[in-house]
Amino acid sequence: MVDATHGAVDVIPPAEVPEVELYHPHSWWTKYVFSQDAKVIAIQYSGTAIAIGMVALVLSWLMRLQLGFPGTFDFITPEAYYQFITMHGMIMVIYLLTALFLGGFGNYLIPLMVGARDMAFPYVNMLSYWIYLVAVLVLVASFFAPGGPTGAGWTLYPPQAILGGTPGGQQAGIILMLVSLILFIIGFTMGGLNYVVTVLQGRTRGMTLMRLPLTVWGIFTATVMALLAFPALFVASVMMLFDRVLGTSFFMPALVEMGEQLSYGGGSPILFQHLFWFFGHPEVYIVALPAFGIVSDLISTHARKNIFGYRMMVWAIIIIGALSFIVWAHHMYVSGMHPYFGFFFATTTLIIAVPTAIKVYNWVLTLWRGDIHLTLPMLFALAFIVTFVNGGLTGLFLGNVVVDVPLSDTMFVVAHFHMVMGVAPIMVIFGAIYHWYPKITGRMMNEAMGQFHFWITFVGAYAIFFPMHYVGLVGVPRRYPEIGEPAFITAPVENLNAFISVAALVVGFAQLVFLFNLIWSIWYGREAGGNPWRATTLEWQTSETPPPHGNFGKELPIVYRWAYDYSVPGAKEDFIAQNDPGTGKTATGLA
Amino acid sequence: MSVILVFLLVIAGIAGWWLSHQGLMSKPWLEHGPAAAFPDTDVTGMPTAKVGLGVFLAVVGCLFALFASAYFMRMELSDWQPLPIPPLLWLNTGVLVLSSVALQCAVIAAHRGQIDMVRLGLVTGGLTALAFLAGQLVVWRDLSASGYFLEANPANSFFYMITGMHGLHILGGLVALARTISGAWGRRYQPERLRLSVELCAMYWHFLLFVWFAVFVLLAGWAADFIDICRQLLT
Repeated sequence: MVDATHGAVDVIPPAEVPEVELYHPHSWWTKYVFSQDAKVIAIQYSGTAIAIGMVALVLSWLMRLQLGFPGTFDFITPEAYYQFITMHGMIMVIYLLTALFLGGFGNYLIPLMVGARDMAFPYVNMLSYWIYLVAVLVLVASFFAPGGPTGAGWTLYPPQAILGGTPGGQQAGIILMLVSLILFIIGFTMGGLNYVVTVLQGRTRGMTLMRLPLTVWGIFTATVMALLAFPALFVASVMMLFDRVLGTSFFMPALVEMGEQLSYGGGSPILFQHLFWFFGHPEVYIVALPAFGIVSDLISTHARKNIFGYRMMVWAIIIIGALSFIVWAHHMYVSGMHPYFGFFFATTTLIIAVPTAIKVYNWVLTLWRGDIHLTLPMLFALAFIVTFVNGGLTGLFLGNVVVDVPLSDTMFVVAHFHMVMGVAPIMVIFGAIYHWYPKITGRMMNEAMGQFHFWITFVGAYAIFFPMHYVGLVGVPRRYPEIGEPAFITAPVENLNAFISVAALVVGFAQLVFLFNLIWSIWYGREAGGNPWRATTLEWQTSETPPPHGNFGKELPIVYRWAYDYSVPGAKEDFIAQNDPGTGKTATGLA
Repeated sequence: MSVILVFLLVIAGIAGWWLSHQGLMSKPWLEHGPAAAFPDTDVTGMPTAKVGLGVFLAVVGCLFALFASAYFMRMELSDWQPLPIPPLLWLNTGVLVLSSVALQCAVIAAHRGQIDMVRLGLVTGGLTALAFLAGQLVVWRDLSASGYFLEANPANSFFYMITGMHGLHILGGLVALARTISGAWGRRYQPERLRLSVELCAMYWHFLLFVWFAVFVLLAGWAADFIDICRQLLT
């Protein structure tokens, strides 16, 4: 074993990365509003994403009110219910999770963690946020458009998405939705270029790819995937917009509506499904990979132990990223595809469980005999592991064609994907916010409020989604505002539905405590200092907290080691920062 | 979806080749001490803007590969009626080739430091690109005048949509080109900077020319013939 803390560096090679010219803001506007500083953009992204996410949260309450107590609320018509599920799904998946992980955490963490002053193209980065904001505003506008937002379901399947029978189908709703998606993708591409190129070109001296924190690996790979997957949604959106506005028949078969032959003919709804899921499945991992990366860092830091199998973790991220492009049709088992086709996609789907399982083992083995501190980030990280395993296991059920066919379009599927790509990534987002908040604001978030938030959210999420699996197994279909009284619906199912709804309301209100904590702690939180978690990565080693424009002081940091030197035997402290040369400061009593 | 899968396979190949040079087999937990402290970070020597453009072109390529995928899948349905290829498209293709050649000349001139030739190349490139766009509009007008409307048949819809998307990308390139041209005349003329912008413009132009060839082959139906031949060879 090489002595990790020892060894002086005689010659420091010259910088490979030239100093960039930073844009220096001259006014309040360019400093805080039209800012080109990735950290400000990150906060703008996060704020917008959380704000629109709250809208989606309220929509989920309304849906649960209807499902738990059907017939009680007059204003929730079937049309309104469809609009709620559509907007809830679309907002949560794209405008909250994608934007928050990549636009929020990506912007904040990538430059700081790789040791760069800012993103590669700050101006384009700024444009990215503003286009995202316009996309969100267009989306919100559809709530106020005549006929309301689209009610086509978040998958927007044609032909129903653009027909009169669907809310917003023949009104502005679907058009605004598609335009908003197109704008989002344009804006995201601008941001995504920055995240990728900054990791490629902006790394400081000594920061090899294999010394990157796993957070950066996760966000980097997810961004590459997003850049290649979002065009599919772009193409699908443009083509559907053509169908809806210009009367083409890309996706629209010949149809009779209300006794009237429509001008469409010959198109293929399945074509849309292929394009949509070619984006849709990578999207799951676009959300999951940053979560994987962040959770690895949280666990390592708060268990004071190096990550188990770093290399394997990196390889697994890359393999998951690549495999996720050839599993899309497992969302289409019931579309009448060729059985061999289904066989192929079932196989690839199950293979993807292998690298994912490697990651889970490595998290658990990192915890093994670690010095586990049950801080708020750690609690959320642990909750993530448990939830992700639960959600992943039902994924194995649904990945098999024969099991999927009867379960397709039941609440079981809803429970599955909420566990695996709803609750699990949200847990990581919370953990990450509690973890990096001290760096962003200089103050800790309130512990008591945080504990309250954690336990309600964690237990509550299980109270919501565990019973939902059962409800689905019994046969309750998804997307039905009311199921009436068919024979298979027994009293327990009705009671469970009411129980789930109450739990959902409670969990929702717990999020308000989190929001309050988020704002309250800016002024009243405990002073954090520069490195409250005693973490190794570069963002904790900045000279000032919060880091100034340009991130680091006069000199960029130089990286001497990987990101996980925790509890190194013989070291003075239980962590060695990445930019610690291993001489002088820690040399006393060693060697 | 075969076109996009082939495209992604190429991207994966490039990414895999690049990753294989990044020391993925290294053991960072053992790298300490003077010898190991500064392994090559492998930040490429390429200008950041070029890497950025390269990544962007991959995204654009992905977009058109997806359009092609959708095209082939829609083509197999029974209502497909191919539309005739207007001869004017050949002329437009020639003009776009000229545009690319002019920008390539500008690159060569920029390397030699001949600012007059750079200006000439840039302006010629810009004007020919505008001529290409005008030619495309004429093609659209001719087609609709002879009854090939956008919504009449999916083949027509794809024709207008894909050529339109390609035209929009040229239009975006023209904005960048206009900035480069103003840089070539501007008071704060910096040879290094200008050379890089000219190179970036040329790179984008060549790529869009390549995309145009692919689009042309696709819309003219040769791509489908080619795939049919491949299929027959395989079965």
